[in-house]
Amino acid sequence: MKDTDIRRLLYAHLLCIFSVILSTFIPSLFLEDFSVLETHLTWLCICSVSVTAVNLVFYLVVKPNPPSRRSSLSHKVGRFLKCCIYFLMSCFCFHVIFVLYGAPLIELALETFLFAVILSTFTTVPCLCLLGPNIKAWLRVFSRNGVTSIWENSLQITTISSFVGSWLGAFPIPLDWERPWQVWPISCTLGATFGYVAGLAVSPLWIYWNRKQLTYKNN
Amino acid sequence: IPSPAPTRMQKVSVLLFLAWVCFLFYAGIALFTSGFLLTRLELTNHSSCQEPPGPEPLPTGHQGEPGACWMASRFSRVVLVLIDALRFDFAQPQVSHIPGEPPVSLPFLGKLSSLQRILEIQPYHARLYRSQVDPPTTTMQRLKALTTGSLPTFIDAGSNFASHAIVEDNLIKQLTSAGRRVVFMGDDTWKDLFPGAFSQAFFFPSFNVRDLHTVDNGILEHLYPTMDGGEWDVLIAHFLGVDHCGHKHGPHHPEMAKKLSQMDQMIQGLVERLENDTLLVVAGDHGMTMNGDHGGDSELEVSAALFLYSPTALFPSTPPEEPEVVPQVSLVPTLALLLGLPIPFGNIGEVMTELFSGNKDSQPYSSALAQASALHLNAQQVSRFLHTYSAATQDLQVKELQRLQSLFSKASADYQRLLQSPQGAEATLQAVIAELQQFLRGARAMCIESWARFSLVRMAGGATLLAATCFLCLLASRWAASPGFPFHSLLLIPVSWGLAGAIVYAGLLATTGLKLDPVVLGAVAAVGSLLPFLWKSWAGWGARRPLAALLPIPGPVLFLQLVRWATFFSDSFVIAEARATPFLLGSLILLLVAQLHWEGQLLPPKLLAIPRLGPSTPAGPPRHNGMQALGLGVGLLLCTRLAGLFHRCPEETPACRSSPWLSPLASMVGGRAKNLWYGACVGALVVLLAAVRLWLRRYGNLKSPEPPVLFVRWGLPLMTLSTAAYWALASGADETPPRLRALVAGASVVLPRAVAGLAASGLVLLLWRPVTVLVKAGMGTPRTRTVLTPFSGPPASQVDLDYVAPQIYRHMQEVFRGQLGRTNSQGPLTVAAYQLGSVYSAAMVTALTLLAFPLLLLHAERISLVFLLLFLQSFLLLHLLAAGIPITTPGPFTVPWQAVSAWALMATQTFYSTGHQPVFPAIHWHAAFVGFPEGHGSSIWLPAFLVGANTFASHLLFAVGCPLLLLWPFLCESHGPRKRRQTPRNDAEARVRPEEEEVEEPLMEMRLRDAPHHFSAALLQLGLKYLFVLGVQILACSLAASILRRHLMVWKVFAPKFIFEAAGFIVSSVGLLLGIALVMRVDGAVSSWFKQLVLAQQR
Repeated sequence: MKDTDIRRLLYAHLLCIFSVILSTFIPSLFLEDFSVLETHLTWLCICSVSVTAVNLVFYLVVKPNPPSRRSSLSHKVGRFLKCCIYFLMSCFCFHVIFVLYGAPLIELALETFLFAVILSTFTTVPCLCLLGPNIKAWLRVFSRNGVTSIWENSLQITTISSFVGSWLGAFPIPLDWERPWQVWPISCTLGATFGYVAGLAVSPLWIYWNRKQLTYKNN
Repeated sequence: IPSPAPTRMQKVSVLLFLAWVCFLFYAGIALFTSGFLLTRLELTNHSSCQEPPGPEPLPTGHQGEPGACWMASRFSRVVLVLIDALRFDFAQPQVSHIPGEPPVSLPFLGKLSSLQRILEIQPYHARLYRSQVDPPTTTMQRLKALTTGSLPTFIDAGSNFASHAIVEDNLIKQLTSAGRRVVFMGDDTWKDLFPGAFSQAFFFPSFNVRDLHTVDNGILEHLYPTMDGGEWDVLIAHFLGVDHCGHKHGPHHPEMAKKLSQMDQMIQGLVERLENDTLLVVAGDHGMTMNGDHGGDSELEVSAALFLYSPTALFPSTPPEEPEVVPQVSLVPTLALLLGLPIPFGNIGEVMTELFSGNKDSQPYSSALAQASALHLNAQQVSRFLHTYSAATQDLQVKELQRLQSLFSKASADYQRLLQSPQGAEATLQAVIAELQQFLRGARAMCIESWARFSLVRMAGGATLLAATCFLCLLASRWAASPGFPFHSLLLIPVSWGLAGAIVYAGLLATTGLKLDPVVLGAVAAVGSLLPFLWKSWAGWGARRPLAALLPIPGPVLFLQLVRWATFFSDSFVIAEARATPFLLGSLILLLVAQLHWEGQLLPPKLLAIPRLGPSTPAGPPRHNGMQALGLGVGLLLCTRLAGLFHRCPEETPACRSSPWLSPLASMVGGRAKNLWYGACVGALVVLLAAVRLWLRRYGNLKSPEPPVLFVRWGLPLMTLSTAAYWALASGADETPPRLRALVAGASVVLPRAVAGLAASGLVLLLWRPVTVLVKAGMGTPRTRTVLTPFSGPPASQVDLDYVAPQIYRHMQEVFRGQLGRTNSQGPLTVAAYQLGSVYSAAMVTALTLLAFPLLLLHAERISLVFLLLFLQSFLLLHLLAAGIPITTPGPFTVPWQAVSAWALMATQTFYSTGHQPVFPAIHWHAAFVGFPEGHGSSIWLPAFLVGANTFASHLLFAVGCPLLLLWPFLCESHGPRKRRQTPRNDAEARVRPEEEEVEEPLMEMRLRDAPHHFSAALLQLGLKYLFVLGVQILACSLAASILRRHLMVWKVFAPKFIFEAAGFIVSSVGLLLGIALVMRVDGAVSSWFKQLVLAQQR
């Protein structure tokens, strides 16, 4: 029972990683002069869209969380709209936090915002898919002993690793290496992406190794 | 009642222990510094006329001539005009970069038009050079270089305003010993450098950088009369106006155009008066940055203008299109030989051969021969110097020295051969010239390379001592929390061992007759006291515990700190520290909030209504609701970001633009904007004052009739008023109507001194009567009464003197209750001692405010906004931290590592946001003139103190305020119970259950007093932790400086960073000791206050 769950999680995560990798290679077939560094903003959009799409597919196919009691169409639409609003709000929140952390206020606003979008894609979108627009559930998952399933556990790990990745990505910026990827916000977006991918890769393994210690409410 | 002597002893020993740890750090810093920052050896040898520089005889035919030494003199007189900070482009014309468009009009371009005119009209008579200056580009170093021809080293940079007489051989000395009359006028730095060397001198004070005109007008008054008088052979005029204008306004100010035009007129006047035997030299000693500062080695600072002119033709050719680049020290041998003097002994400059080639009519061969002979003399002199120098010390590279010597012997032999066969081809002559020049350039390069000489043993010893002391801090801070911490023996043993070590060492030196080095002596004493302590602690409990316990810093905080320490090893990060520190601080803040949430302390447990299996830790009730902590975090981030707007750019990042708000208001041009800014600054002051008063009123400490409280009520507003008035005068000083000048000048002297005096008297009052408590007997109104200090614990034993005060208090209450019960049977019968619960922090906050005002006055006006942010930020941080610190009564009390780390980070961040950078050109020298607009005369200490107070204001404030980290959680305690107390309570109920009501009252800081042993231990621990965090920073700096000592950036980045960090550490440690001493003084005063109260009752 548990092992099959972990296997499902692993496959899902591998697919996510695959989508991130594809988003760096596929567009160069269609777009001229596409490269992750030079046309960074385009890549950000594509990566964000593909990761969101994969997450949505999971949500629809795997259905990790128990189905809602009310399943009327209007409820679903309302839920979807709420999700969209949450996503936008998280983008704006991240943007504000980046500015508070020292990002330029006026210059490069689009770049900063797209960084916020990609970080939201890595963190907020999985939360929305798994937990729905339910802030209380989010807060529960991100506190000690708050997780109730391996899905939530992996969500915790990938989200934190995305944050840590983008945080670490800020460190090369002041160095005088004069590399193209040191420009704001490329190193941070790359850091976030690497953090996300690392979280995706590590979380099934971590859960597998710690499966004896992990005890959840519903299994 | 006996006095609580053991407690007092304990307090004293805590202070002494911390002072001892500080001494260990100082010894380590001093040892490292003595190995790292070495001066070049100054040789006292002199060149003389009779003694040729080499074994070969001097060029024939010159010995007999009058006034000729090594070479025949070409000019009998020289006028040397030094224009301080005359950057190369100041002497350039306005040219348009795009053809066809009008040239860019900058205030400093094209103002010296007379130079250009001379260059055009008399191309064989004049030449403009771009002179390449060696860093450090400070005036005294440049004057030394311009007269001795050597390379002044970094260590001299700090003594710019305490210049001493030059002991090395120099041009002025050569001139006076040749009997030439040297007349000087201008910068009085020359008076200290060359005491008694001038036949006539007009010195003008140089220290006041705000004064653009005194020096220049003084010179102009004497310049032409002296010239016409003819009583001189060498005339030196050192103008300071351009430099001061750069410091005050920057090069882009219209004032600069006026100043340069004045210089232009002066040069024109000189040129008209020159006679045929006179050489005119116009030189800048260094350049200036875009902001008008200098001292570093950026391109703008190291390129100065050099202009030569003579009424007789000097040069064989017309000037090149682009002026030639020559090293600045080349002027020294050139002038010496042109004047017929010996080249100063220690010169490493190379003669400017062009000037020895005769005029345009001379034969190519003879002119080349003259060049070669000058170069050969120069090379002989440099070779002699290198030989003498390398015999005195070993710091020149032997291999390179040998290579240069062989190069010189070959060139010299070739030259001699050429002299013997005068019909040689010009080509061989040119080859000899090239060889000589190669030798001279190689020698200079080698000297530049080697005159940063390190003593690796001392550096390693200093770094080891620092590391061991950091380890000791870590160890002792763990140990201090344990109950059996032996205060006395710990202190006595190391001190006695240290003294013994020092005495033995001194005795050993005395018997062997060696020189006593105080640095080594201090280090021996430190090691002697450190080793037994480490041994004792290791034997005491190190064996019993795992090594992991030695690393008590929690993981994420440790990681952040490691990142911070690692940044000291990268020059990019040291340069970018102003941006990196707020980033780390923000990370720490968010980490704190996230941790609070993770531990479940932010949200009420019902939200986390998941039944927990396993050993879940039941977190106590949340001390804050979630939104409040989140708000605190976001507010902190916002403050940090806003403070980052006041950002001064390091000179290494040309793309960065410094905040315009760092400049004083006086430099603003627009009148309206100036007024608005002035209003904002005064507003910030008023808000700061109001906030402090509000805070004191909130905790009720503003009600007491004690003198410090009266001072806060009346003295602080007076200080604010004086500050505002001083700013008004300072920002509008240039627009004062003439009849009010004297008044304004007087006021700008009196007002800052008045603020400083008021602050000092306030601090004295605070130390005299630090207990700001209002005692009131009778009906306490429960809503305003914050604290009632009954002793609610079990009855203490009579011998336990530590607990005597609460007992007294209870006794006192009973007495009162008995008395009042008889007279007035209605109402609750209580004694209210207001604000005993915040008595420590009230004193701290008052002291910090009193300190902040004079420090604020030393900064530019708009920094007041940063000071406001500083107070706000530390308030928010303390609140946030208090949420995460549990109060464990009756102790032990601890301050967590993240609190100390955040505090230290915030101190660094404020250092940057008050417009500082850890480089010498960025020091705010104008702080020395606050209250002393006329300068200080010969006094050194007072201006140094003022500038130091300006530079390390944030270090001082945060270090003094450090005990607040311990006190604040107790203050925040009052929030919780207070709300509950608003439940209805009638008088009757209160009368029936007086004890229960009192139990409910928050004890706040009186909890600390209830456990004096834990209080002392907590203060010791706090001090050790703060010293540890700062100490590892200085350790990282010293390691970076020693590991990267051959790095390109070592003198530009790592060495200044180390010096600033070391000075900051010293200020911080002194501040920390003062802060802890203040808390202890309050503690002692509270004790005696209790005693007096009881005595009064018993009578």
